[in-house]
Amino acid sequence: MTTTDFLTRRRSMLVQATGLLAGAAGAAIVAACGGSEAPASKPAEPTKAAGAAPTTAAAKPAEPTKAPAAAEPTKAPAAAPASGGAGLITGPFDGEAKALTGAGATFPAVLYSKWFNDYNKVTQVQVNYQSIGSGGGIKAISDQTADFGATDSPMTDAQLKDAKGGDILHIPMALGAVVATYNIPGLEGTKLKLSGDVLAAIFLGTITKWNDPKIAADNAGVKLPAEDIVSVHRSDGSGTSFVFTDYLSAVSAEWKSKVGASTTVNWPGGIGGKGNEGVAGEVKQNPFSIGYVELIYAIQNKLGVASVKNKAGNWVEPTLEGVTAAAAAASGKVAPDLRVSIVEQEGEKTYPISTFTWILAYKTMTDAPKAIALTRLLWWATHDGQKLTGDLGYAPLPAEIVAKGEAMIKSIQAGGKPAFPGK
Amino acid sequence: MATGPTTHPAMTALPPNARSGDAALTRAPGGVDGDRAFAGATLAAALAVPAILLAVFLLLAIDAEPALTRFGASFVTSSTWDNVKEQFGTLPYIYGTVVTSLLALVLATPVGLGAALFITEYAPRRLRTPVAFTIELLAAIPSIVFGLWGFFALTPVMRSTVEPFLKATIGPVPVVGALFQGPSLGKDLFTGGVILAIMILPTVVAISREVLLAVPTMQREGMLALGATKWEAISGAVLPYARAGIAGAAILGLARALGETMAVTMVIGNSSRKITGSLLTPGYTMASAIANQFNEADNELYFSAVVGVAAILLVVSALVNLFARVLIWSITRNAAQGARA
Amino acid sequence: MTGAVIASPYPVAPGLPFTDDSRYRRRRARSQAMAGLIAFAAFLGVSILWIILGYVTVKGAPALNLAFFTERPLPYGEVGGGIAPAITGSLMLLVVAAVLGVPIGIGAAIFLVEYGKGSIIEGVRFASDLVAGLPSIVVGVFVWAALVRNVIGNFSGLAGAVALAIIMVPIIIRTVEAVLNLVPHTLREAGLALGVPKWRVILGVVLPTARAGIVTGVVLSVARAGGETAPLLLTTLGNQFFNWDLGKPTGAIPIQLYNYAVAPYPDWHEKAWGAALVLILVVGVLSILTRVATRGSVR
Repeated sequence: MTTTDFLTRRRSMLVQATGLLAGAAGAAIVAACGGSEAPASKPAEPTKAAGAAPTTAAAKPAEPTKAPAAAEPTKAPAAAPASGGAGLITGPFDGEAKALTGAGATFPAVLYSKWFNDYNKVTQVQVNYQSIGSGGGIKAISDQTADFGATDSPMTDAQLKDAKGGDILHIPMALGAVVATYNIPGLEGTKLKLSGDVLAAIFLGTITKWNDPKIAADNAGVKLPAEDIVSVHRSDGSGTSFVFTDYLSAVSAEWKSKVGASTTVNWPGGIGGKGNEGVAGEVKQNPFSIGYVELIYAIQNKLGVASVKNKAGNWVEPTLEGVTAAAAAASGKVAPDLRVSIVEQEGEKTYPISTFTWILAYKTMTDAPKAIALTRLLWWATHDGQKLTGDLGYAPLPAEIVAKGEAMIKSIQAGGKPAFPGK
Repeated sequence: MATGPTTHPAMTALPPNARSGDAALTRAPGGVDGDRAFAGATLAAALAVPAILLAVFLLLAIDAEPALTRFGASFVTSSTWDNVKEQFGTLPYIYGTVVTSLLALVLATPVGLGAALFITEYAPRRLRTPVAFTIELLAAIPSIVFGLWGFFALTPVMRSTVEPFLKATIGPVPVVGALFQGPSLGKDLFTGGVILAIMILPTVVAISREVLLAVPTMQREGMLALGATKWEAISGAVLPYARAGIAGAAILGLARALGETMAVTMVIGNSSRKITGSLLTPGYTMASAIANQFNEADNELYFSAVVGVAAILLVVSALVNLFARVLIWSITRNAAQGARA
Repeated sequence: MTGAVIASPYPVAPGLPFTDDSRYRRRRARSQAMAGLIAFAAFLGVSILWIILGYVTVKGAPALNLAFFTERPLPYGEVGGGIAPAITGSLMLLVVAAVLGVPIGIGAAIFLVEYGKGSIIEGVRFASDLVAGLPSIVVGVFVWAALVRNVIGNFSGLAGAVALAIIMVPIIIRTVEAVLNLVPHTLREAGLALGVPKWRVILGVVLPTARAGIVTGVVLSVARAGGETAPLLLTTLGNQFFNWDLGKPTGAIPIQLYNYAVAPYPDWHEKAWGAALVLILVVGVLSILTRVATRGSVR
């Protein structure tokens, strides 16, 4: 134990020394360029000027700002049940950072890129979101190399413990479905039924032809081709992979023992694509292929989407109702930190491969302007942003989750004060 | 080698604005100091290069250490790369790198050597420069553009035409047939090797050309005078003479192939499945594994393992580079000494 | 040693009266067949370039319009927009990389030619060759570990520029060293004989004389760095907004190209081809210019 401790310490010292050596020139240039940011690892506290006045003023004023929101007639309460919070954020805010960097999940990237594009028009804040995969999001927030991370695979306890900047919050943004999507020439427009067992066998490589009797058994009347199945999986660390493998582990003992569930698993076969985009691209490009992506990627690319058998034994297509039903079925089991898996839930209409998608943020932030900008962004996304979800193939958050998210956003602190200015 | 001549102190310095015949020629403050400062600055710049190299080796070694100590030899001998079970063996990546690079070498060396022979021995004078120039321009195309072309143009052709053809023709042949088994996906080690072959072609051509030009003309003329045909002169006199240098060209191409990242990543299929004998298997090279997994390695051991792959790649490519340079250096040095009449 | 080869037995010379015609004809046919194969190899090498250039031009040209050069990328699945932040980002990265890399490269080359002796020269050259041979992805891993993780603390344009500078330095060293060696010694000696200090001779006489070659080396290195993708993925990450802050993630043409290429949207594919065309035009024109300028010299 002590030796490893010593080793680790020596290692990190060496790392820092070498890093400093190699980076001294770089750091000098940052300073010379008047880089507005202090390195994130240092406890910089430029809060006084920027944050003090607005935050104290904004700590409570939920009441006065509620009025304009309610007065706005356009807000349909259906999409965002907690409409009390929508419409709070209407423009730029003094003292907030003008640029934020986020990295992570590709699963919600369609939604996020739309959100952040619109949010830029509302507040002029530039939210640079790079969809590098959930694994990348977890790593970026843990290493503090980005201002926020995004994932559809909740961080493990070990990962949370290793994070450099303290407690990390999982703030749910939306719900979505992971769908098995395929490209079979001749069967365009045909809805295949693929049970969890069959999907597991395909990705394990034990079913190799499309006309395998196991597939045919569930798809009477469909003329399945005698072609090799090309399975497409993710090459990067992926929350979509986690949700999919989590589901396969839940339905197939063989999958659970041989492969397991993670953002990166040891795929027994097939080819890899980078991101949901990459998997959809590969499926589109490769005839007789099958992959798994967020629903919207299949819809946008007019790819086949399989119906899956849920726990109640019904064949269900991936729909927003099915996803919402999964969230409702799991609502009793949601932990206070909102890390939860909602695959293979009970319910007649429940779509079994559903998930929340989260943004990861530090509870205590060192940079107050960024904290203000981030909390405002999160608030906008979980309220005003929810009405954009349906059109893009995601399901809006249930009201009680939005409420829990609100509490989390308000708990984010910078310089010892809550960062969210309330408007 | 051109160290300053040790001159009379009065000669070593001239004030910045001294006109000729100026009395100030005798003493120039800034001269010696300036020289020392300037020499020091260039020395610092020069030393920055080995410093960078050292830092690369050091930092990669430090970050790779946890995985290397944990897995020891099995880090390079195990073919299980499994984040869930925390087992990291890099053999499939090493295998993918070796196979694609060798394939590239096998494809590019004959073509490259042929093109170099055409340029040096066969082409009419006015064709030589344009041909050499055009092939060398291939080297200017960024890796990512090769990747794009490979992704959209090459892989569909490989999947629908080339690979089925090879499976039908070579597939049934014993031994070599094993290289072409399984479904044709278009995204596999074979396509990776082909794109690499295209990318290293200019390197092979350029170096082979230099080496061939260094072969003394007497060699050819002697053979031709004895009544040999042109090909006999080339295969009997030119190629044996240039053999080491051509090997150097090939190995320098290999060094480039080993480290290529983007183009290969886009066509190789990115799969760390078990090693099979077939070239039609999706795989990973070390470089593409790093590109895909580095930003994603979300726990310490996984990260260390990915850096470990980078460390192996670093060492291997450094060794191959060295070897190639020694080979080329020895041939061109001999050529410089030999008669180039 | 050459004599042994020449002595190979080729008893029959063409055209002589006692020629064994059939044997000679066989040998000549073989020689011609090889000539054909060799010409084909050259044709293959040349045609591959034109195939790729043709593909990129045909596929990429439709993407090039005003919006492509002036607008930001649009959200997923929407048609339109451009890659302007990637273009400005690439420019910024290359300028900063040149500012970092050129002084080191030229300084090291000056040292090698004018000051260094013996083993130091060998050592620096050796190191420079090895740095030139570093796989670019390894440079990315290194810069991430050295700068992104701790010193800078986040993905940033500066880290990307450092990575590109590391790629540029050995190229600059090699070209500039070759050019400086071409400057006649008499020029240096003339300056020194006038009593001009050596450093002023170098700055005032040697470098100006070698100016064209030095510019060539720098341009060549910029052309090479401009197309690099792998190290940037690990260091600058990318940005769909305009960014001029070196401390923040920055877009770059190769990153944008990659992201657009692997995505499933036809409009993005077209833009990826467009970005490739832009890269090839810029990089290719720079390479052609420098290669024409240094025609005949090594690299």
